[in-house]
Amino acid sequence: MEKYGLLINYDYCTGCHTCEIACQQEHDYPVGKNGIKLTEYTYENHTKLCIDNLPFPTELCDLCLNRHQQGELPACVKHCQAQCMSFGQLSELVKQMEIQSRTVLYSPK
Amino acid sequence: MRTKDVDIFRTVTWSAGAGCHGNCGQKLYVKDNEVIKVEGDEDHPWNQGRSCPRVLALKQYMYHPDRITKPLKRIGKRGEGKFEEITWEEAFDTCEDRLREIKEKHGAESVIFAQGTGRDIGGPISFLAYSYGSPNWCQLGLSGQSCYTPRLGAMKATVGDFIVADCSQFLEKRYEDPEYEVPKVIMVWGNNPITTCPDGFFGHWIVDCMKRGSKIISVDPRHTWMTTRASYHLQLRPGTDGALALGMLNVIINENIYDKDFVEKWTYGFDELRERVKSYTPAKVAEITEVPEQMIVEAAKFFACNSPAAVQWGVAVDMCPEATTVAQAITHLSCITGNIDIPGGQVIARPSHGVTTYPYTSEELRGLYGDDVVKLMNEKRIGCDTYPMVKGFRGWAQPDMAIEQIATGKPYPIKGAWIQTANILGGQAARAKYHYDALKKLDFIAVVDLFHNPTTMALADIVLPAATFAEKDSFRSWWTPLSIIKKRVQVGECKSDWEINFELAKRFNPEGLKQWDTVIDLINSRLSVAGTNFDEMEQKGGWEMAPKGSTRPYRRHERGLLRPDGKAGFFTETGKIELWSKAYEGWEIDPLPYFKEPPQSPVTTPELFKKYPLILITGARSNLFFHSEHRMVPWLREKAKDPIVEINPETAVKYNIYDGEWIHIENDLGKVKRKAQLTPKVKPGHIQTLHGWWLPELNGPEPDLFGLWDYQINKLVPGPQGSDSGFGGGQYKTTLVTLSKIKEGGV
Ligand code: SF4
Ligand code: SF4
Ligand code: SF4
Repeated sequence: MEKYGLLINYDYCTGCHTCEIACQQEHDYPVGKNGIKLTEYTYENHTKLCIDNLPFPTELCDLCLNRHQQGELPACVKHCQAQCMSFGQLSELVKQMEIQSRTVLYSPK
Repeated sequence: MRTKDVDIFRTVTWSAGAGCHGNCGQKLYVKDNEVIKVEGDEDHPWNQGRSCPRVLALKQYMYHPDRITKPLKRIGKRGEGKFEEITWEEAFDTCEDRLREIKEKHGAESVIFAQGTGRDIGGPISFLAYSYGSPNWCQLGLSGQSCYTPRLGAMKATVGDFIVADCSQFLEKRYEDPEYEVPKVIMVWGNNPITTCPDGFFGHWIVDCMKRGSKIISVDPRHTWMTTRASYHLQLRPGTDGALALGMLNVIINENIYDKDFVEKWTYGFDELRERVKSYTPAKVAEITEVPEQMIVEAAKFFACNSPAAVQWGVAVDMCPEATTVAQAITHLSCITGNIDIPGGQVIARPSHGVTTYPYTSEELRGLYGDDVVKLMNEKRIGCDTYPMVKGFRGWAQPDMAIEQIATGKPYPIKGAWIQTANILGGQAARAKYHYDALKKLDFIAVVDLFHNPTTMALADIVLPAATFAEKDSFRSWWTPLSIIKKRVQVGECKSDWEINFELAKRFNPEGLKQWDTVIDLINSRLSVAGTNFDEMEQKGGWEMAPKGSTRPYRRHERGLLRPDGKAGFFTETGKIELWSKAYEGWEIDPLPYFKEPPQSPVTTPELFKKYPLILITGARSNLFFHSEHRMVPWLREKAKDPIVEINPETAVKYNIYDGEWIHIENDLGKVKRKAQLTPKVKPGHIQTLHGWWLPELNGPEPDLFGLWDYQINKLVPGPQGSDSGFGGGQYKTTLVTLSKIKEGGV
């Protein structure tokens, strides 16, 4: 069976935290239990200050199996305010990566 | 829609709950009268399926164990935190009796009606205040009414209408509509739009446009995600926005890159403006603002030479000294570059379909509330005889003068307060301690809110439990689209602001309000302008874009859609955009923009600056919290547990402060605790911290007030505002402070 994954375009991830709460709501996870966690990177590159954000799916990420079976997008992908997350078959997501810069691909399970 | 035993209802947001200015479409999943899940509505053009953290955490807010779900009356001393549950009947009776008593003894003007922000409050609170007979309605605590009002005043005075960045929000098909064009440039000024949805604007629309090619000019003293994506980041000294705007106008005019046809045909007073901006040379402006001269010149050219260009701005503008003049200068930038009401520019925004959520013309007011109230509005409204603009624009009392009047009893005493969904003490109040002392003395205070907070604890005699948007019927026409909000569930005995105020307003003004039996009747009468009603709107899905006409773009000035006389032009006295403002002249303020230094600054107060050499920036927005709300919501608080202050590492070395250390920020008004976060996001001379911090997990009753006096940063912000118009100039971004270590064992 084809594996699925999440593609994040971290050029546009604004660090809005929506994915984190969407995941907690979807799975009814209490505080301290997270399917996805956001990190902000603030760093200096030569003289320029850079701020990038990137969420990463934890070991609890089940790619929203339940939703997928009902033909719905994962909770995080659907609600992402910057629409910078994609869900799909890894082979399809790789194709997307080839045309999009600043992306990371996750294959959580 | 229904799946198993779950009903799915589409609705539109507007606080309380998410805590925002609302208008996104959300789907509520309801099981046994309980919201069990919230999902973005993919069919709603506003957010297209997206949500934000606060609305996704709605159920933790709605069903929080601390939520107040029954009316309460105080049984101990004020501030002691002893309350007893009472019936609505008793609560209404008590409010009615106590308010009547004050009216009989001192006059209705002796009660102040204080509102918060981000909800459908204008309607309910004005109906109640005016039905009772008081002209004194305002956002008490918000120094200079420094949130959107100064900008609204400037736009109205200049363009005759309000203008907003065009992100296709007036069109059903949004970015796909063939009429639409993406802005080539968006100037993001004093605003971090990705944190929330300010002023009826979905913040991430800016990101949508960036993906479609828009370039960014960022005006912000800090580094944010947005500024790092900007083609130009103008990192100005806080409070010098006025100088920067004037400098950009200078460049655009001197380099002859303004839109000559537009200026010639549609504006008034250009020569005077040209003359005025002459002295604001890029070199001089660079010195004032600390933005390099070259950068000012290039950014101004970039803005002027890339039409369509839009401006997305925020409260930092309103918090500048003389905010009305700063906002005027920024508005001029859009005007002289011909970006008004064109696709991808600054489009004219009017309440959708011409529906206004509450009456404000003198004629309507007289009919509803009688001549006496209208007379009081012109004679007794606080601030109206000091500031012609306060008298002439928006109909709110001047908040800095209001609190002084409460404290001094002059020129007439204030004896009671109706505080509705406004945590004055824990949130917006500059000089928070002064507000506390003054309000504490009032004879009667009713507070409407959803949770106990420092304001309910310290002040309330009666607490009335308010509803979230999932629990109320309401409507909105704030820009676009026209929407209704429908009640889907009931929590405890909570009532909507509309229901509470309608009931009480009827008791004071049965005659004027007898045309409506219910809140829905009232809403229907407001909606009738659009030829629709509540039920019809619900059947249509809850929203509707404005039809072709005066409330839908574009180029309405050319088509005669803006003026009551149907002639081409703008809705101003001259029919043109008034760069030299006749309205400002009428309000006895300078008709042209100028720059004034903040009341506290290295330039204005060099001595004070020696003692307090850091500029404190407060009032930034957060994705997780709306002002002073949401600290008790577990999913949200988990992501930002402590009140932090951003400090540049260089500054930290000077003060011997390490990352994660708890420290004090202080000035002559006191000291406030924060956890240090060392980051290059702020410049060495600046520090930045969120307002609205109180800790719901701490003790509520006095003296603790949920840690209010330890964490309320606006305690350090002085007053009154610094603005000749009476609007703007709250010193939330320009207060001088220093840092100190918390002594061993001390607090
Ligand atoms: S795909 Fe589902 S489980 Fe995985 S992070 Fe997103 S919301 Fe959580
Ligand atoms: S929801 Fe999207 S934009 Fe927001 S933090 Fe997550 S990935 Fe980033
Ligand atoms: S902040 Fe925006 S996305 Fe969140 S509830 Fe309000 S309108 Fe909707």
